[in-house]
Amino acid sequence: MSKINLTIDNKKVSIEKGKTILDAAKKINVHIPTLCHHEDLCVAGNCRVCVVEVEGQKVLSASCAIPAEEGMVIKTNTPKVRNARKDIVALLVSEHNTQCTTCYRSMNCELQELSAEYNIDNNRYLSVLKPNIEIDRSSWSIEKDDSKCVRCQRCVRTCAELQHVNALTVSGKGKAMKISTFMDLPLNEAVCTNCGQCVIHCPTGALTERRYYDRVWEAIGDEKKHVVMNTAPSVRVAIGEMLGYPVGSRVTGKMVTAMKRMGVDSVLDTDFTADLTIIEEGNELLQRLKKALVDKDASIKLPMITSCSPGWVKFIEHIFPEHLGHLSTCKSPQQMFGALSKTYYAEKKGIDPKDIVSVAIMPCAAKKFEARRPEMKDSGYRDIDAGLTTRELGHMIKQAGLNFSDLEDGTFDSIMGESTGAGVLFGATGGVMEAALRTAYEVVTGREVPFDNLNILPVRGMEGIKDAAIKIEGCLPEWSFLEGVELKVAVAHGLINARQIMDQVAAGESPYHFIEVMACPGGCIGGGGQPIPTNEEIRLKRAAAIYEEDMGMPMRKSHENPEIIKIYKEFLKEPLGHVSHQLLHTTYKKRNHY
Amino acid sequence: MNKKELKRVDIIFDCANCEPLEIVKKALAMKPDEIIDQIISSGLKGRGGAGFPTGLKWKLAKEEKSDTKYVICNADEGEPGTFKDREILDVVPSKVLVGMCICAYAIGAKEGFVYLRNEYNFLLKDLIPLIEKFNKNIQKLGLDFHIKVFSGSGAYICGEESALFESMEGKRGEPRNKPPYPTKVGYNGKPTVINNVETLVYCTMIVRIGVEPFKKLGTNDSRGSKVFSVSGDTSKAGIYELELGVGVDEFVNEFGNGDTKAVQVGGASGHCVPRKDFKNKIIGFEGIPTGGSMMIFNSSRSMYNVLKDYLEFFEEESCGQCTPCRVGTQQLLKGIEAVKHGEKPSSYLNQLLKLTETMRVASKCGLGQSVHNSFSSIVKNFREEMIY
Repeated sequence: MSKINLTIDNKKVSIEKGKTILDAAKKINVHIPTLCHHEDLCVAGNCRVCVVEVEGQKVLSASCAIPAEEGMVIKTNTPKVRNARKDIVALLVSEHNTQCTTCYRSMNCELQELSAEYNIDNNRYLSVLKPNIEIDRSSWSIEKDDSKCVRCQRCVRTCAELQHVNALTVSGKGKAMKISTFMDLPLNEAVCTNCGQCVIHCPTGALTERRYYDRVWEAIGDEKKHVVMNTAPSVRVAIGEMLGYPVGSRVTGKMVTAMKRMGVDSVLDTDFTADLTIIEEGNELLQRLKKALVDKDASIKLPMITSCSPGWVKFIEHIFPEHLGHLSTCKSPQQMFGALSKTYYAEKKGIDPKDIVSVAIMPCAAKKFEARRPEMKDSGYRDIDAGLTTRELGHMIKQAGLNFSDLEDGTFDSIMGESTGAGVLFGATGGVMEAALRTAYEVVTGREVPFDNLNILPVRGMEGIKDAAIKIEGCLPEWSFLEGVELKVAVAHGLINARQIMDQVAAGESPYHFIEVMACPGGCIGGGGQPIPTNEEIRLKRAAAIYEEDMGMPMRKSHENPEIIKIYKEFLKEPLGHVSHQLLHTTYKKRNHY
Repeated sequence: MNKKELKRVDIIFDCANCEPLEIVKKALAMKPDEIIDQIISSGLKGRGGAGFPTGLKWKLAKEEKSDTKYVICNADEGEPGTFKDREILDVVPSKVLVGMCICAYAIGAKEGFVYLRNEYNFLLKDLIPLIEKFNKNIQKLGLDFHIKVFSGSGAYICGEESALFESMEGKRGEPRNKPPYPTKVGYNGKPTVINNVETLVYCTMIVRIGVEPFKKLGTNDSRGSKVFSVSGDTSKAGIYELELGVGVDEFVNEFGNGDTKAVQVGGASGHCVPRKDFKNKIIGFEGIPTGGSMMIFNSSRSMYNVLKDYLEFFEEESCGQCTPCRVGTQQLLKGIEAVKHGEKPSSYLNQLLKLTETMRVASKCGLGQSVHNSFSSIVKNFREEMIY
């Protein structure tokens, strides 16, 4: 690849052709402020905060958008540049709702940072903030406040490029230009998957998750209520970022202690129901394979596709409603947990389920919607009473006055607190597949999966679509129909990749037996409820922490989890049995396409 | 300064010996490079307002290696005070099509589009049959080129070339980052020459009459003539083709009604020339450049109202994507209103002048960059009219 040589602030730098001035500056640690730029997204060049002076050019250049060229001489910090940047930030502030003290994103806001950096005087310009902007709180997952929008279009690009959903779009021009939905519908009526990727890509408080933590505080404070909290696998490798830890820190023990100190009655683990999902979903897959291969039942839908990501589930309900039969009928680990907390747990603990408040801590915005889906109350009580994000838990820990780093490591309560490394894997793309293969292969053959240390590397990593094939040999007698079958699996993350996989399924050309889909890039570690910022580098570090966590677990296969063995013995009786069907499986519905 | 007397010219609307297919034949008899050399040596610059050398644009597009290239005629004439492209398309549309043909032959394009301003859709009734006939005729001449019309949706910003491409591609009409320029990455990502209606007619005529008759007109930097749309306080409102380089004073003598206070040259995004400068300013690229709009104001006009009108226009017609333009235009309008009503001191105008400088250097496209022209020339020359 040919290299380009240029000079930035009197320093020489050489960089590959096609890179921008901003890339070149980063390479030599010259900091250029940005706002509309995001590593995950295509170039926009619309906020103009990153302007620099290029020798010979009459006007300034947006460094994020202009390719580096041979011999360029660039100055990033001249009076002309500083004046322009300061003016631009002042203009953004002048159309902004500057009530920072009451903003959820205060202290984690890119506009606030820039405004402080450039010491913006609020009186430089008149306020052109539109009066009477109504906050859109129609969605159960996402809140949209246009008064805090800087119109950088990061959300629009996210929804189009990463997710291919296009729920958000730009409408109007000039002073009327704003971020809108198709036909300006409220978010709950738009074709939105609630994935929350717009939220983690928003630089300000314009897009946030719907917050429910006040209700949870209330329940914690109510002595009659028994609050159980379950935390998703990816929360433990990300929440540290909100509490002063470097990216990729595993803080499981401190997180558990923090929740106990907050007053939660029982701190449990979603990893437990992740393990349970593997048993149910694994058996569902084997049953589908048997019906298709042995009984030649043409009504059986293959490939079977995972259903743990609620953003993905809503996506397929909207976009591929005629293919809902491919989805596993298993509820997500969150909902399985909720259903069991009001039945098995209540029974074991001798607590009236009406007094149990089941709270899920998730890396996710779509989980809030999932928790409120009308059908999710198979025990007669809502499976989950409140779904919170990693960020909300971070805020709660701060509100509780806890000094996180001082906390000792705690352990999950029992029952439903025991888990395996396989359960933890659910947090990263490919994790459900890896966990499922560890169990399914062993169930069928009686031997461990043929990968070093059980690490099924082909399904790991950040490639958009990954696939793998495992030849099944030496089956146990009852699985002899699988002898010699090459089990083909695929993993997709980010809805744009999910759409690609589904186009293949819809065309009847999918070569796979089993597909894992996660709505968010990187899987749950990059979820819409995770700490901000999130980008590829951060996703990789969080994923690495997931794999460390797995390696550190004494048990690493779902079917070995003693609490799982126990719950089947005492309560569920058998996978896909009557009780499972009643509590742990669900149905899907066709939704509008536009 | 090479100031010219006011001289009326008749090249654009001249129809004598202008059988369109004959001109196409004449062009086809030349080599593409010969044509490009002629356009370069004529000194012709884009007549839409920005004034990029037309021949160079064609040359850059020709040098691009691509199987698909496009020629686009920019007929999204939206600058306040200009209406000359409408007249050209109404009176001599064939000459526009010939210009597109010559360009297509020169750069190696097979497809061309006329991007017609939505408000000019009434022209379609005659234009479409004409184009259909023309397409057939040029095929017969052996040129593989086909012209279509694309009707815009009424946004001023879509006259900006890259926003125009976006609009044609079915997207929101927003300007792109440049570079890359259209000759490299244009419509559908392919090398594209986009020329103003009038520019294309001059290309037609340069091929027909030769370089010299064109080149001997005008000044060093502003060769040839130009069609002007004259409006405002004048008894001679209309369309006139004049030699470039004419002094504003000569222009005012001809078109003013004896009480001219200022001439707005180049529309809302152009410059305001006050009476005291009439003598020492010429109309052309070394003086005041224009896409053709000439608005004459006499002393009864409030320049505050003129500026306010322009700013209301910009505030609405900015695409809204880039900060300096979207918010800057709102601030300028709100700012002059505040000064006029005594809510801000007159010194606030200085702050606003600095703001237009930021908009000039930091906006993404020509719209935001040129708000400075009218704002600073009106505020500096008519400051007393802005103040409470």
